[in-house]
Amino acid sequence: MVWRCSQPGRKANARSRPAHIHAMLIGILSDIHSNREAFDAALEAMQSAGAQRIVLLGDLVGYGPDPAYIVDRARALCEAGAASLLGNHDEAAATGNTSGMSENARDAIRWTIKQLSSDQLEFLATQPLSLREGDVLYTHAGAWKPQGWPYVKEAADAQRVFETQDAKISVCGHTHVPAIFYCARKGAVTSFTPLPNKPAPLFSSCRSVIVAGAVGQPRDGNPAACACLLDTDAMTATMLRVAYDWDKTAEKISAAGLPAWLGMRLKIGR
Amino acid sequence: MARKFAPGMVIDGFELVERMPSGGMASIWKARRDDIEGPVVLKIPFLDPGQDVSVVIGYEVEDMIARRLTGPHVPRFHAFGDLRDVPYIAMEFVEGTSVAKIAAEAPLPFEEVRRIGIATAKALAALHEQGVTHLDLKPENIILAKRGAVLLDFGLARHAELPDLLAEQSDVPMGTAAYISPEQVLGIRRDPASDIFALGCILYQLASGEEPFGWPQTTAGMRRRLFHKAPALRSINAQIPRWLEQIVEKCMEVDRARRYSDAGQLVHDLQNPDQVRIVERKPEPTGLKAFLFRLFGGGEKRAELVLKRSSNVGDGPPVVLTAVDLSAGVDALAEQIRTETGIVLAARKDSRLACVAVLKTEIIGDTPQVDAEGRSNYVNMLVSLKDWAHPLHLPDGRASFHVLEAVSPADAILDFAERNHAGHIVVGARASSAMRRHLGSVSTKVVAEAKCSVSVVRVKAVEDALRSGASGAPPAEDQA
Repeated sequence: MVWRCSQPGRKANARSRPAHIHAMLIGILSDIHSNREAFDAALEAMQSAGAQRIVLLGDLVGYGPDPAYIVDRARALCEAGAASLLGNHDEAAATGNTSGMSENARDAIRWTIKQLSSDQLEFLATQPLSLREGDVLYTHAGAWKPQGWPYVKEAADAQRVFETQDAKISVCGHTHVPAIFYCARKGAVTSFTPLPNKPAPLFSSCRSVIVAGAVGQPRDGNPAACACLLDTDAMTATMLRVAYDWDKTAEKISAAGLPAWLGMRLKIGR
Repeated sequence: MARKFAPGMVIDGFELVERMPSGGMASIWKARRDDIEGPVVLKIPFLDPGQDVSVVIGYEVEDMIARRLTGPHVPRFHAFGDLRDVPYIAMEFVEGTSVAKIAAEAPLPFEEVRRIGIATAKALAALHEQGVTHLDLKPENIILAKRGAVLLDFGLARHAELPDLLAEQSDVPMGTAAYISPEQVLGIRRDPASDIFALGCILYQLASGEEPFGWPQTTAGMRRRLFHKAPALRSINAQIPRWLEQIVEKCMEVDRARRYSDAGQLVHDLQNPDQVRIVERKPEPTGLKAFLFRLFGGGEKRAELVLKRSSNVGDGPPVVLTAVDLSAGVDALAEQIRTETGIVLAARKDSRLACVAVLKTEIIGDTPQVDAEGRSNYVNMLVSLKDWAHPLHLPDGRASFHVLEAVSPADAILDFAERNHAGHIVVGARASSAMRRHLGSVSTKVVAEAKCSVSVVRVKAVEDALRSGASGAPPAEDQA
């Protein structure tokens, strides 16, 4: 450790941030799942919060009733500088391969493919599996094997990320349940369930795995859209929870002839 | 290379003055800065190369928690150093007496033990209300200042809404051997009742001059408190009052369902020793019985009992104060106050009720008024109060009864609520009248000045107006 004596009167309020992480506010939106109302509400919240960069963490489509709108908006965001990653539902839509999916998910993917133009499917097919920006690593699923779509649900899963990756902060989605895991030394992983709208600290002495929760189909019992605001200056991650008109989305799901449960679960957040 | 600090050195404008006694994790410096009145304490963690990562984690945890703490029962935190430069926590130097210094004189007079207990329990209540559990309460970490007890050192603390990094950092219990709670020995770091256990140990030590469980050097030694109670306080000194022994034992209950679950309730009991329900202590098993207890009843089963989450008691106020005027007997308003009290009490399984009635006196020190049968108004009122509360069917120990003599009922209620750390006040109000609007009523003043929630109970206005209209009598004086 290098010791320097700083100047008197210098502000020392920001939490310690490793020098190699560029300071900014990053809005992370995962598992949008063709939910237009939730996506619009979450993006608006990110804008109000001052997000300087948007990262779409995969699963733009699947389950929900507005795949074409979501893909178009994602594409526009990417043209304006946002990043977007591939999710398993995006891959299934792009390839038509739905093996390993539940019946509801498979039905929704078949329907989704019919709603998308070849252009839109092509956009989905070209998304990357992972993205590394400085010391932050983004993937949709578990970073140790992103193409296999493993879940990061508990400390043991996060442990695999810590063992196979060296990023200070790894961000993923896929589980639809927000969580943060911390690792200060080998073998000791702390699990934490971040509270809605309360900044959770990240630590200089720890590496972190942030599971971003779902914009378009939360499953932690809270139906409000969940999007993660990563502040690399203050070193915090905040799970923004945004209420939206889930009844409207559910009605659209039903009108589209998609499985009724896909609308029902939006109302209860399961 | 590790940085050396010396008097005169300046860090972020803080000039180091002298090094104070320091522990193994950080050096503590008395310092000053021009724009801050009075001395400052700088806690600088030892972050030498090769130092165990837990020191950094401990520093980051304390930094994280200290930033969120406010109020008179913690030091004022002035600034936090940057981990990339010189990490430090700069806080107010709290003027006062360390309980460690007082403990050296133990055994202390019981009044003194009670006074320290009340002050510290109030500080704990304030800390717990901010979502923070200290988890290393010991005499060295309590300063008795003019403004009350001030708690120091949040290096092992836990914030209910923040990640607990320390939980995964150690395989040995984290805390101080003499005061650590049994659940902490087993690695549980989420219950504010752990601080109450530690305070019980401190009060035990102050009253008897002995640590209840000694200073065990090993984890096994610390685990002994899961199975063996400390010797009864009165077996060490028969002069110790039963109420004090009872309160201290309730703080040190291994089963958290039997321990005080809230520091406010401890404040209340220490404030009202005459209301403490005395229960005879069961003798400790000895000889073969002790062996069998250890084998079948007290071994792993005992550990399971400690591990069990403390039962969900609910989120209501721990101490409820109900003020009721029974000068006209149990009237409609008194009944409604009782109904409301029942509702508030039900929000928390182990909530406590303090029933208060106020005897208005003209001047302080008035001679007690006596009725025709020679019983004092005081005793009469106490009896009526118990009668009034009877339909609530509260078990012994859950309700206490207090008749306050005061010139101003509102002030008496407010003062009692604050001293007893009430979390909710239930008070009645008569229908509005021109005079009361002008002078202000008891309930109005209580609502305006109380530091907790207040329920004002009022009999539906229509009925009240009809009744007072029919009798032609002026509205009765406000409820107290």
